[in-house]
Amino acid sequence: MKKYILAVLVDNKPGVLTHVSGLISRRAFNIESISAGYTEDEDVTRINIEVSVEDDRELEQVVNQLGKLIDVIKIVNLGLVDSIVRELVLLKVRATKGSLADIRNIVDIFRGNIVDVSPENVVIELTGSQSKINAICEMLEDFEIIEIARTGAIALSRGPIPIKNM
Amino acid sequence: MNGAQAILESLKRENVDLVFGYPGGAVLDLYDAVYQARFPHILTRHEQGAVHAADGYARATGKVGVVFATSGPGATNLITGIATANMDSVPLVCFTGQVTNPLIGKDSFQEADIVGITTPITKHNYLVKRASELPRVIKEAFFIARTGRPGPVVIDIAKDVFTTVLDYEYPQKVKLRGYKGDFTGDEGQIRDVVEALGEAKRPVFFIGGGVTLSNQTEVMREIVKNTGIPVVSSLMGLGCIPAKQEGFLGMVGMHGSYAANMAVQKSDLLIGIGVRFDDRVTGKIDAFAPNAKIVHFEVDKAEINKNIFSHYPVIGDLRWSLPIFNEQLQGSGEDYLDRFAKWHKQVVDMDRECPFSYKTNDKVIMPQQLIDTVSGMVDENTIVVTDVGQHQMWAAQFFNSRNPRQFITSGGLGTMGYGLPAALGAKLGCPDKRVVLFTGDGSVMMNCQEMSTAADNNIDIKVVLLHNRVLGMVTQWQRMFYGKRYSQTLLGGKTDYVKLAQAMGMEACRIEKPQELEASLEKALNVKGPMLIDVMLPANEDVLPMVAPGAQLDNMVLGGAEA
Repeated sequence: MKKYILAVLVDNKPGVLTHVSGLISRRAFNIESISAGYTEDEDVTRINIEVSVEDDRELEQVVNQLGKLIDVIKIVNLGLVDSIVRELVLLKVRATKGSLADIRNIVDIFRGNIVDVSPENVVIELTGSQSKINAICEMLEDFEIIEIARTGAIALSRGPIPIKNM
Repeated sequence: MNGAQAILESLKRENVDLVFGYPGGAVLDLYDAVYQARFPHILTRHEQGAVHAADGYARATGKVGVVFATSGPGATNLITGIATANMDSVPLVCFTGQVTNPLIGKDSFQEADIVGITTPITKHNYLVKRASELPRVIKEAFFIARTGRPGPVVIDIAKDVFTTVLDYEYPQKVKLRGYKGDFTGDEGQIRDVVEALGEAKRPVFFIGGGVTLSNQTEVMREIVKNTGIPVVSSLMGLGCIPAKQEGFLGMVGMHGSYAANMAVQKSDLLIGIGVRFDDRVTGKIDAFAPNAKIVHFEVDKAEINKNIFSHYPVIGDLRWSLPIFNEQLQGSGEDYLDRFAKWHKQVVDMDRECPFSYKTNDKVIMPQQLIDTVSGMVDENTIVVTDVGQHQMWAAQFFNSRNPRQFITSGGLGTMGYGLPAALGAKLGCPDKRVVLFTGDGSVMMNCQEMSTAADNNIDIKVVLLHNRVLGMVTQWQRMFYGKRYSQTLLGGKTDYVKLAQAMGMEACRIEKPQELEASLEKALNVKGPMLIDVMLPANEDVLPMVAPGAQLDNMVLGGAEA
């Protein structure tokens, strides 16, 4: 299985997410993550879809089927162009007086931040690639991870050209 | 002007001359406007009847079919019809009432999430919560339904929108950022096909519903005439090339002709035009046309490489690509007729040796004989509608289809119960054409309430009932693959379909003996007004040839007169 990040520009209208998620389920595509948000154009929403496919033909199907949706304006496979991929994770980790220093060391190594602290836990914020996030999760397992919230991957191409002009 | 009136005004702007529907609580205001405007409307006896009727109307006329239904159960009763239209790319616009804005999401009386439910079976859908959106949404809906690869669009409208007053202005143009509706492509792709044809020795045209949908029959016929390339058709493509034309080998696939299936398997260049390489056509996909390079003329990019890899895709509307293809072939300087003469003769000989056939006897009427006899009695402008099952395949094999939009059948979804309401819609769309429905005793029962619609509106259709007291296609599979264990497929035969039709207000008669078949049919087909002809048939006849599911196309059980 190969993973790609698709940046999908859609009309900012009600029902769009229903259409996109309905299509994914109907065609039985494998989705690793999906996230959506406003863009520089108030009429346009950007949906970031991380998709797993067996081969190029399946990838072509995902892109073409999504492209058929009336509210889809543009799709660019950022896995095929030079791009920056990031994911944000928030981690709630058990922390005692004894373990706090060790946790801080790990967080510093990964260039994360501790954004909340209580006598029993800390909340860590970290941005990065998925492998980096997986690595910090592995390191923090020794301290007991109470809860994880991940955004899924988002991506932007390098250089001045936005995907709408690609 | 209120929302309800704005809808009817917009329908007039879209040249809609007939709506099929069924009233209810959420659309009372819409129906009040229908009453006041005397808008042409056919009341079916079930919402499923309304949507199939609109579908039959759309297929027969090429126009967009329009449906009204109420919220909740009214709208959910449309689902099978919408899915049917979606699979066969039929343009429909369905208006459904929704509960009032403040009640949406509260599990209110007769509330269902119609946008959510219809998302996977529509080309597009809308929930309209503000009356001011109506003109734009309706304009877009008709544009989306009929352009590109056509399909059904649902507009779900909150009840209070119908009574809200708005400043009505119907937009001149559609503004959609992600959909343009015109699909012209790369002429170079067409040149590649012409070049490939220059190398080919055994090319075959494989035509489908797309040729009819894009009204390209004439161009297709010219290409066939000028090249002499043999033609096979999907179920949806029947009528594009006259059934008895030499070199037309008929339907291909599971119940396709011997010659059609063999030609595809022997072909070295298979030129698919407006088809989607459905599993009922290809059989075992890895062994389909094993020696051929695949050409695929198609408007829908997502169909390319979906089921089969195409070496030469031509992406674009057939309205654009086929005339250019025709021109380039004529300009190529090749004498295709001469080049493919030997191959043409080879497949025509195969077709002569092993045509669709059957044996008659003096005891029982054979189903194929019935279709054949009707086919010989009606003129070339007759519209044939079918339901789904054995009778559908026999109609595809034995009815002499001569024109497009005259063989109307649920191909992709295979919806039993489609036929009767679709026949009504076809007749209302084409009042000057004779409409004959072939149906079975299983299928007709699924929407038999529409006999009442036919009777009350005096819609002149002839219902030819292939009555064998079993769910024929399923029994055939049970006979072939399940050790003759006829699980839940024997109907008992107590129902009197003649009385049923008469009770609904239709005329009806029964034919039982082969000796009386012709005379009785002739008489019944010429009765004015709706008529059911109940023809008693043996229960154990198989549709042949047959390619077993998952087998390759040249692995056919043949049967017919030779068996």
